[in-house]
Amino acid sequence: MQRNVTQSANRRLVVQLLGVTALMFSFGYALVPLYNVFCEVTGLNGKTGQLTQAQADKLLPDKTREITVEFVTGVNAGLPWDFRPLQTKVVVNPGVVTLVSFEMTNRATINMIGQAIPSVAPQTAARYFSKTECFCFTQQPLAAGETKTVPVRFIIDPKLPKDVDRVTLSYTFFEAPQTAQQESNIAGGAPNT
Amino acid sequence: MSQAATHHDTHHEAHHATGITRWLTTTNHKDIGTMYLVFSLIMFFIGGSMAMIIRLELFQPGLQFVNPQFFNSMTTMHALVMIFGAVMPAWTGFANWLVPLMIGAPDMALPRLNNWSFWILPFAFTLLLGTLFMPGGAPAGGWTMYPPLVLQTGEAFPFLIFAVHFMGASSIAGAINIIATVFNMRAPGMTLMKLPLFVWTWIITAFLLIASIPVLAGAVTMLLTDKFFGTSFFNAAGGGDPVMFQHIFWFFGHPEVYILILPAFGIASAIIPTFARKPLFGYSSMVYAAASIAFLSFIVWAHHMFTVGMPLAGELFFMYATVLIAVPTGVKVFNWVATMWQGSMTFETPMLFAIAFVVLFTIGGFSGLMLGVTPVDFQYHDTYFVVAHFHYVLVTGAVYALIAGTYFWLPKWTGHMYDEKLGKLHFWLSTISVNVLFFPQHFLGLAGMPRRIPDYAVQFADWNMVSSIGGFVFGASQLLFVWGIVKCARGGEKATAQVWEGAHGLEWTVPSPAPYHTFSEPPDASTIEGGMR
Ligand SMILES: [Cu+2]
Repeated sequence: MQRNVTQSANRRLVVQLLGVTALMFSFGYALVPLYNVFCEVTGLNGKTGQLTQAQADKLLPDKTREITVEFVTGVNAGLPWDFRPLQTKVVVNPGVVTLVSFEMTNRATINMIGQAIPSVAPQTAARYFSKTECFCFTQQPLAAGETKTVPVRFIIDPKLPKDVDRVTLSYTFFEAPQTAQQESNIAGGAPNT
Repeated sequence: MSQAATHHDTHHEAHHATGITRWLTTTNHKDIGTMYLVFSLIMFFIGGSMAMIIRLELFQPGLQFVNPQFFNSMTTMHALVMIFGAVMPAWTGFANWLVPLMIGAPDMALPRLNNWSFWILPFAFTLLLGTLFMPGGAPAGGWTMYPPLVLQTGEAFPFLIFAVHFMGASSIAGAINIIATVFNMRAPGMTLMKLPLFVWTWIITAFLLIASIPVLAGAVTMLLTDKFFGTSFFNAAGGGDPVMFQHIFWFFGHPEVYILILPAFGIASAIIPTFARKPLFGYSSMVYAAASIAFLSFIVWAHHMFTVGMPLAGELFFMYATVLIAVPTGVKVFNWVATMWQGSMTFETPMLFAIAFVVLFTIGGFSGLMLGVTPVDFQYHDTYFVVAHFHYVLVTGAVYALIAGTYFWLPKWTGHMYDEKLGKLHFWLSTISVNVLFFPQHFLGLAGMPRRIPDYAVQFADWNMVSSIGGFVFGASQLLFVWGIVKCARGGEKATAQVWEGAHGLEWTVPSPAPYHTFSEPPDASTIEGGMR
């Protein structure tokens, strides 16, 4: 009598516990979107605000405050590109759309694709800083030896915390994941695979 | 007749299988427990030899014996082998031997799964240790496998990931088995609040395993797909974030440290009352303290990464939650001390190791408190202070409890008393040397020596030499442990069923050595009550 009871109880428990295991495995993956939402809400990792051009137009300029915006650029190891801001800093009023430019050069002998990843410091300012136009929104192809000047249009929300008077926008250029395959195609002469 | 099917199977094998086939096919919880314990002892020495190489290289500043890449492999592999190969399987081995005996069950609930959970391990560690001989060398990016560094691992990388998957599968299977055993196989009358604390702490550990190991499996699978299948979970160029790996990893990692230490709490709670000849002080508070530690362990993970850049509110939350863990831990330490208070104490080897466990684990707990305080962690982060902290909680914590438990139950397993003189020698040599080994590392860390470096500035030379000398003596002392075990297995004074004058619990009601089959008929209520007191 005991034996069958125990065996079916065991089977039920094992199924339940395997269910918990599967649930926690999915939870690990669910942390990915959760983390991104968390970063957007808090400005963690310098994730910037998401104002569109239309929303930005509605903001009223605050002529009483002056914010210094600095630009920092970097290129990740392995990408033979030059990348620099054409102005190291600008002084802007919150609520005013500002245009700045960056210059990038592909020093390699092959065509490459790069992806720039932005970040804003300090964290508390990040979500009040929105880019309405940016070369980082898309991947950037550069032919061998090509130089290109690219624009960034940004606006600072007048609700920026009072203690912030200096904001740094930094970009790092990474080799886009696809480039590796294209490189091998170029090296192989023709994409015949 | 409960579990007649199991009973029949094991009988069958006991009578017909011999030699290696017996060990390959056994479903007997005592056989499997022994295999786990022997396996973990071998891993303890493999991981220990790696530690000896590390201490040898650090004996003096400059590079003397190994190249930096190999040194980094040693720190990485030492951690993986000790955590997943030595301590975790050792606890499962203890659980296999003791849980059925302690709850009056004839075997584990799922004997065939039990066999599988063990035999996965040798494969996992063949994969892992095999990487030492591969082009590009063994993994060297640290046991925490942070990207992007870990993605630079050579051909060893997929082997590392699959080894972790296998170890995880083994632990989860073991955990499911232990939960099923305790929930469904307890002798009639063995209520939950009568369970020995070792069983309680293991049940809580098993739930931690089931909740945290799958998250690790997910994290390393993401690493694998990032490296080989073009995903960008942790690749900034593709919109991912390497810091996210740290969050996912430590969501597993902090519960993992309690997986390593909770069963140790159970062992101390078994040994201290025995040699103090008093019942355990505050049994139910021990159960609740272990449960609250387990709960808190899921909301403190970011204390491992205070320096990555977090909002102030986050730093404060993780600091307060971390420091809060000191409360249930303090309850436990208080209860152990209160158990000894006015007890008729004797100091046999298991008791010596258990007392040293309480004292030295508490030192590790205090340095943990210091590390949990965000502003000071910015100074201590990634220094030898951290190394000193986790070796106090893991070596003089988890490993000391394992050694104490081995001496305590060895007479029950082998039927012979171990050599008490040898045991005491092992204790004193280990305890002096382990402090010479790890205590100076606090000073090195406070002075700014970073961890995971093969060479260091000359101002750190003196304490490193002291630490290395302690390390060599501690390493050599463990040979006495093996000698003591072998000697005890081969013969010695016959052990009685109760073994220790003050021992209580069902495992002490069966003869020594424990027969191949125990509790085929569940113990009666009076035996259970008698065992309790
Ligand atoms: Cu932790």
